[in-house]
Parts: sequence; C-alpha cells; structure tokens
Amino acid sequence: MSRAPLPYNRKILELFRNPKNLGKMADATVTAVAGNPSCGDMIIFYLKISDEDVIKKASFESYGCAANIATSSIVTEMIRGMKLEDAWKISWKSVVEAVGGLPSVKFHCGILAVGALKRAIRAYYKNKGVSPKWLSKEQTFEEKQALEEEELAEILTKRMKAEEQK
Amino acid sequence: MIENIKELLKAHKGLKREVYLDIENSSITPKEVVDAMLPYFNQRAYGNPTLTHKPGWEAFETVMKSSQKIAAFLGCKILEEVNFTPGETEANNLALMGAAIPMKGKGKKIVISEIEPLSVLHIADLLNKNGFTILKIPIDGEGFISLEKLEEAVDKETIIVSLSAVNHEIGTIQPVKEASEIVKDRNSETVFHVDASDAYGKIPFNVQDLNVDLATISSYKILGPRGIGALYVKEGVSVERILEGQIGTQKLWPGVENTPLIVGFAKASELAFQNFEENVSHMQRLRDRLIDGIIGKTSDVMLNGPKGDKRAPDNVNISFLRCEGEALTIELSLNGVYVSSGSACTRRLLQPSHVLVAIGRKFVEAHGSILMKVTRYHTEEDVDYALEVISKAVERIRGIVGSMEVK
Repeated sequence: MSRAPLPYNRKILELFRNPKNLGKMADATVTAVAGNPSCGDMIIFYLKISDEDVIKKASFESYGCAANIATSSIVTEMIRGMKLEDAWKISWKSVVEAVGGLPSVKFHCGILAVGALKRAIRAYYKNKGVSPKWLSKEQTFEEKQALEEEELAEILTKRMKAEEQK
Repeated sequence: MIENIKELLKAHKGLKREVYLDIENSSITPKEVVDAMLPYFNQRAYGNPTLTHKPGWEAFETVMKSSQKIAAFLGCKILEEVNFTPGETEANNLALMGAAIPMKGKGKKIVISEIEPLSVLHIADLLNKNGFTILKIPIDGEGFISLEKLEEAVDKETIIVSLSAVNHEIGTIQPVKEASEIVKDRNSETVFHVDASDAYGKIPFNVQDLNVDLATISSYKILGPRGIGALYVKEGVSVERILEGQIGTQKLWPGVENTPLIVGFAKASELAFQNFEENVSHMQRLRDRLIDGIIGKTSDVMLNGPKGDKRAPDNVNISFLRCEGEALTIELSLNGVYVSSGSACTRRLLQPSHVLVAIGRKFVEAHGSILMKVTRYHTEEDVDYALEVISKAVERIRGIVGSMEVK
C-alpha cells in the first residue's frame, strides 16, 4: 500500500467550491440520510416529487470530504426531472462517471450518494403505500454498502466506549 | 492523475498570501540552510568520507564537524554518540529493533505509550509478532503519560521503554526526567529511548541531564532538509544495525553518507539554538495568537493537548465540530493556508488520528481536527491571515453541513 495526494479532477473541485442544489428543502416530499459522521461522511437528500412520480427538485446537505460533497451534488443534478423509475436505475458507477472519475479510495462516496437516493425512493413509496414492480424488495448494492458503513461506525464507537470504561 | 494535479494547482493561482503551517509533515528549508548545503554538492567534500583522497578527507572532516555541533546541542559526551540516519522513521526503527535484538536474552517486554508516532507503534507491532510483548502506558486527556502506570509496567523483564519527549500531534511535553528516573530505578538495565524529534531545538533537551540512553532527532522538524535525522546512542549502550551493507563513518547505518544533508542538519541546529529563548518565545507568542484567535472567532472548537508551558511552543491542534477535516484542508489550501488534519479521510485510513482518539476525542471531533506548527520565520501577519482564512473556511464547510445533526 502506498499513499498519494488525492488527485481530484476539475469537475469535483468545481462542485466542491460551488456545490449545486445545496441546502435544506422546506417543502420536500421525502428526505433520506446515509452514512455516519463517525466514519467522516454523511449526506441527506431532499426530494420534491410530483403526483406522477417525477422528481421536480432535489437538494442535499453533506458532512464529508470534497468527493462526498461533489457526488451528492451531482446526483441532485442527475435526477432532476427524472421519473423515479429511471432514477432508481442510477448506479454508483454512473455517478463516478458523471463527476469525471474518482480515486478508488473515494468510490464509497459515490456509493453512499446512490444509497441515499435509493432510500429516498423507497421511503416515498412506503409513505404512499404502493410498491411498483421495478422496486426490488431486496436491498440494492448501494443500500447494503451504506448500511455496512453505518454499522461499522457503530461498532467502532462502541469499541471506543468499551476502551474508555476499562 | 498528473493532469488532475495540474488543474488543482491552477486553482491556486492568484493567492494574495501563502502561509505554510504543516511542519509536522515536511518543512520549508530556509535560505541560510540551503546556502550552507550548496557547496557540498559539487564544490567541496563531495567524496566518500571513508576514502583516501582529498574530497574524501574533506567529507570526513565535514561529517565529523557536523556531528560535533549536534553532539554539543544534545549534550553528548562524545561525538560518536550521534548516529546519522535518513530520518526520524529510520532512527525510531533502529532504536527499538536495534536495541531489542541484543537484549533478547534479558527479557521480552517493551513499554511505549499509546500516542507514539507510527514509526514507534508499527515497529513495536512487528516486534510483537516476533515474540516480544508490548505494553502501552495510558495517557490522560491532555496527553500526559501516567507515571504510576509506567512504574507498574517496568520490571525485570522490561528491556526497552520508548516515549516521545513532545507529542508530535498535540504538543504535550512529557515529564521525561521523572520517567527516566522511574525506569532506571525499576530496572537499571532497561534501555530508555526518547523520540525527541519535536523537542530538539524547541524545548530544553539534554541527554545527560535527562539520563536517556537513546534519542531520536529529525532535521526537517527544525527546518533542516528532509532525508536526515540521527539517533543518539549513549556510550556503552548496545544497539545493533538493522540494515547491512558497506559501513562508512556511521556504524549503525550502512551506505554512503549524505554530506550536504548532514551539513544542512547541523546548520539548522545552529539556527535553532542561536537565540534559543528568543525563538521559543516568538513561537509561543504566535502559537497563542493562533489558538486564542481561533477560539475567539469560531464557535464549537476544542483545543487538543495542554495549554501554556506544558505545550510545545510551536504546536496548535484544534478540532472544529461540524466540519470534516479533509474538506477543510482543501478549502484552506485554495486560500493559501497549508495545514494537515487528523481526519480519517486525509490519512486514508479507516480511523482518525490514534493520538486524538487516545486522549478521548470522539471520532467526529478527530475528523474535524487541524494540526499546525509555527516557526521562528512566521510573523503576526501570517497568523492573522491564517485566522481570517480559517474562520471563513470553517463557515463555508459548515454551511454545506447545513441543518444536519453531526454527532
């Protein structure tokens, strides 16, 4: 293993400096969180969804590194005006592509952003009380990864507390 | 990748000021030091100091004179007690591994603290895998080792105790003299090693007064060139080489001596010890201006490490809550202030700084930490510029966190 400085590209730098769709949305139809601050990254998506299941507006807030901010921001750009069924098909790889590539150690940022998006879509249909055929019952890769990171953070925090009590 | 770096550098164009505060990870070499080194690349003493020709004899004379200077600053008895190595990492590895091998028959126990640098922790792990027992002394919330626990830990089986004189991340000045007395009292044969990389040239540090057996010092931490350091080995203490090859003037490190770097290290030492008190009080003043300025200007911050005289004169380490460190270091860089963070993200590890975790900081507190060190070359204007940039940067990054609860 070796270390190198994070070679963020121009697009990521731009989204980090001037994030698009940043901020809480007061009239959001649904919100979803992914990540855990103990791991150093957490995001929240706010989606305004029409009765026809189209994403009218999307915004985000982020606690995390530049890649976390950039991938969250790009997802909100990608899904605006999209039908939920199409937004569901977005993979973390397409997010990485959309930001012009990420260092491999930062892939999890793209995964987390898509994980949060999928959680939001799931939550929306749960609130609505319908389950479209295309919405898989089983957790997607990104949702599973988000959950894994959150659980890992809890394990580490618990371990720390146990050390303190020793 | 190189293309991206080019873009990142381009984004820094037009900075009105640049303030480099990341002395922990590398330093700017002052002009006086560079000037002192230059002739030794191609004008004189470029020979191998063990060989019988003029450039060789010149190099021998130069290396010995440099050793002599450093030996005097450390308080050595003889100049042979100074052993040049390529840096702090190598000197710490040499100290632990090199002292453990000859002591193998006498015991298996090595005592260190929880907050040692990775060059001590990792070599201790390796020794542990090879049959030695490692015991880590706990520290308190300001990073001070527990002397009672040290006393309990050292016994007949203990072959080495290794402690940093000053913690590299949070600036805690350890009670080295008391620790040394305890160690020698409990077991006179135990080798007492001190990593003095953050002490040498910054606080009074004399190997005889403190009665230490081995001490690591580093050149770039006192603004000398990178790639050179030394291990002080008290006369009579046995340390074995951990690398083999052609032995030159340095009995513990094979290979050809790097005369220009050795000259630079000696010059940097001279500059640090010239007007020592003045340099120290200048650093202390700037350190406190930086700490007080941040605490005064920014809400939800925590100072990591002790305050006042028990803190290294150059060290500032602050956690900004609701602010992730990697994002903050990039934002600061784009505005000309260069620092490092204990965040897991910048360290590229799963966990944040082990030092901050050991003093009881929560992960979110460690992720938002920034480490800075001031030098005698920094000015009040530098500090004030850094304060202005830090305050704005923290505000912007916290703006991205927005309404989220970060706990």
